[in-house]
Amino acid sequence: MLAVFQNKNMVMCTNFICEIISRIVKVGVIVFPGSNCDRDMFHVLTDVFHLNAQYFWHEKGLPHDIDAVVLPGGFSYGDRLRAGVIAANSPIIDDVKKLANKGIPILGVCNGFQILVESNLLPGVLLKNDSLNFMCQWTNLIVKNNKTPFTNKLQLNQKIPIPIANGEGRYYADAQLMHDLKNNNQIVFTYQNYVNGSVQQIAGLCNEDGNVVGMMPHPERAAEGVINPIDNIPSSLIFESLIHTIGVKN
Amino acid sequence: MSLQKHETKYIKDTIKRELTKTELQIVAAEWSEHCSYKSSKKHLKMLPTTGKNIIFEKGYDSGVLDVGDGYVVTVHIESHNHPSAVEPYGGAATGVGGVIRDILSAGTRPIAILDGLRFGNVENDAHARWLFKNVVSGIADYGNCLGIPTISGEVEFDDCYKNYALVDVAAIGFGKKDRLIKNHASKGDLVVLIGGPTGRDGIGGSQFASDSLKSEDRSAVQIPDPFIEKLIIETILEARDEKCINAMKDLGGGGLSCAISETAESLGIGIELDIDSVHTREPGLLPDEIMISESQERMLIITCKKKLSKLKQICDKFGVTCSTIGQVKGDKMMHVKKGKNTLALLPAEFVARAPLLDRKKIKPKYLKQIKKENKAKKTLYYTKTILKLLSSPNITSKHWVFRQYDHEVGIRTVVKPGFDASVLRLDNGKFLSAKIDGNPKHCYLDPRQGAIGCFEEACRNVVCTGANPIGMVDHLQFGNPEDPEIFWTFMESLEGLTEYAKFLRIPCAGGKVSFYNETPSGPIKPTPLIGVLGIIDKTPFLSVSPINGDSLIIIGKTNDELGGSEYFEYIHKFIGGVCPSVDFKDSKINMLTVLSLIKNKLVKSVHDCSKGGFAIAVSELSIFGNIGCNIDINKIPSVKNLSPEKKLFSESHSRYLLVIDQKNLVHVKQFLSKKKISFAVLGKFSGDQINITYKSKKLVKITVDILQKRYFNGLEDLLKHG
Repeated sequence: MLAVFQNKNMVMCTNFICEIISRIVKVGVIVFPGSNCDRDMFHVLTDVFHLNAQYFWHEKGLPHDIDAVVLPGGFSYGDRLRAGVIAANSPIIDDVKKLANKGIPILGVCNGFQILVESNLLPGVLLKNDSLNFMCQWTNLIVKNNKTPFTNKLQLNQKIPIPIANGEGRYYADAQLMHDLKNNNQIVFTYQNYVNGSVQQIAGLCNEDGNVVGMMPHPERAAEGVINPIDNIPSSLIFESLIHTIGVKN
Repeated sequence: MSLQKHETKYIKDTIKRELTKTELQIVAAEWSEHCSYKSSKKHLKMLPTTGKNIIFEKGYDSGVLDVGDGYVVTVHIESHNHPSAVEPYGGAATGVGGVIRDILSAGTRPIAILDGLRFGNVENDAHARWLFKNVVSGIADYGNCLGIPTISGEVEFDDCYKNYALVDVAAIGFGKKDRLIKNHASKGDLVVLIGGPTGRDGIGGSQFASDSLKSEDRSAVQIPDPFIEKLIIETILEARDEKCINAMKDLGGGGLSCAISETAESLGIGIELDIDSVHTREPGLLPDEIMISESQERMLIITCKKKLSKLKQICDKFGVTCSTIGQVKGDKMMHVKKGKNTLALLPAEFVARAPLLDRKKIKPKYLKQIKKENKAKKTLYYTKTILKLLSSPNITSKHWVFRQYDHEVGIRTVVKPGFDASVLRLDNGKFLSAKIDGNPKHCYLDPRQGAIGCFEEACRNVVCTGANPIGMVDHLQFGNPEDPEIFWTFMESLEGLTEYAKFLRIPCAGGKVSFYNETPSGPIKPTPLIGVLGIIDKTPFLSVSPINGDSLIIIGKTNDELGGSEYFEYIHKFIGGVCPSVDFKDSKINMLTVLSLIKNKLVKSVHDCSKGGFAIAVSELSIFGNIGCNIDINKIPSVKNLSPEKKLFSESHSRYLLVIDQKNLVHVKQFLSKKKISFAVLGKFSGDQINITYKSKKLVKITVDILQKRYFNGLEDLLKHG
């Protein structure tokens, strides 16, 4: 299919196919060199929640009428320089920014969150965990904003058992930014207990408009009963929220 | 260079001319113990390697097991002991990288890593702590970046590893059977090298690993780059789907020399390569250096001419460098050129097949001097002893380690690390259970029984998850094989493993031998490490914590076998006595019984008795279930007049603890009686403390929260201050 796109003699055909694809494709999963949760996210979107998802390699553009975009976790560019910073300068990020401005739901998980922060789609920074180690463990999140496209099926203060897996997941914002985040209701998730030194236990946040959400924990690792030893319903609701938002009927 | 006299003579007699400098380097690398298995190859044939699940293809570096529905699981195990002892971070990381590429070279996606780590005494040796911390970081940083979960493993400390480290890494792959690479090549096919550039790191690494560790030879240690490895994984899997790969081999020990000669030999082809075409990290590398460099993250691919452009396109997409370095010839020769000049021209078979050795073996003198048990002290304070054992480095929770590993990525991990075996879900609805086990303390006292015990323990762990063992991998680690006493211990272990594998009909899917594991103060204890894979056909067995009123049953007999136990070695600092041995018949029937209890949903959870014996196994059930229990150990089935000390701490094999719901108790008892196996109902779970009595005498009384504190904080407390 991609070969067809590249053939200049088939512009007509390409446009036609693009249109069909854009009608079919609902959720784009962006793949950077070193992404490693892309396949997990794709599996959950398609096999579990029956969404139409498609991978987009970081050098390709995103269709302008896509319904939602997910930046999955992993180690884009091997976390060189700083987690997410090189990927934030990938060609595809320009398209993500355009879609973000249009209000399209965009979710960044783990490394995806780091990329959103590095590309200034979300404010603040993510620092090395205060344990100075990579941390893979189950935590409990508390929902602090249930108005975003990824939390609108959750209750305020609902608890979400979910695993984290990161080395640079400690969110930091200075006093002024913290003030703004609170005023704008931008804090989406906090950890129930102390985890890694994140300021005010922040685990996830959104932009001012609320359509761009970043979170360090992995909802794709907690949405299925077979791999979630505690309770997979709350994490499922993150995906159900997206379905509710973009209007896809199961 | 490490060629022996008889090898030089063999070269002269066969080739009938002096070898060139490059040829000598190539042969020395390939004929190192590490690459050629010259001491062990003759004997390894005894292991059963066929079975209904085993798929064999020429040139595979990993074992392939058929798991049904058109899917396969691949498995391999490697160690990186010498490099890790010198440079723990890089040594351990590249150890992961190497075994992952072995899985990849069969055409399967790596889905899990397991690691077995061994160090000196971390309690009093800062160097051992430094090695331990950096090895864990090396594995974490590499595996996490690849997105391959490290799902299980073990960590052990023993004085015999002082100033040394054993870093064993096993990897598991998964894929479709029809996408396996069927290694083949025809005249005119191209030889392509993809991945990282060749540099001066890892020069002579395999020879370095084939000698005792005398000096710190840092240039022999390779430099890790997990990002390139991740790109290689995706490149290869895409190239596999596009059918661009006729044959494939990873570059490991011996670098290009081994990859070229072994590929040519196994496929019965000749390979001509031009050293100038190899992409290098820096200019000015000597041809000999290029041939034996063990720079990481490189794969050798044989592709046909018409697929080359597609292969290059895929490499370009991922930004992976790819060089066409040679082509396939029909002459079965390994021909290394630099431009027009020939540097080496040798029959591939000659290079790939080192003359094998018949090493002498003699029963070691130390075995006759092992102390009798009656010299060991006796314990009267059982409560204190249990608490001390629970916080001892070998028994205490290893969550400090496995929390640094991403064990969830890939979203297959159904049973997480920390208890018995870990379980992964597969795409065909089945589940794969995996565990590795070693026990140098037992193996030192009896290399044969110790090795069988490791095998049984790995099987037990897999059985505890409800899985049927379908294959094993072994990693046999010993000292200098030129010492007949050490070679004897190797042969004993190998024979024991063979005997047990044949009895249980568990085929050996692959393995590895590592000799010359010598520390400045002598050889390591014999350390065979056994990995077992099991399959669960339908639903995974998820253990349920015991609740008030549930019963505890023990299956299996406890024997007078305190030798090599944590109780003797850690509490009494006593090395001696008789180590546990496996009764094959009991082993099999106990395993089958546990499996059928699980299948019939008659048990809530199953835990095996191993390190620390019954006392620790029952404590762990209470710790994880957060509930106390009242136990009478007089009922533990055992040989006559076994002291309470032995009932509590003997590490006899084939024993399982079962948690039974009150409503199933009668049924389970009838079932076990019918099977005619040794078992006993020992008591019930309730309250918040463990009470252990013996002939109505109270031996142990501890509250569960104290147990938990000791168990979960032991390692962290130890490492907190450097």
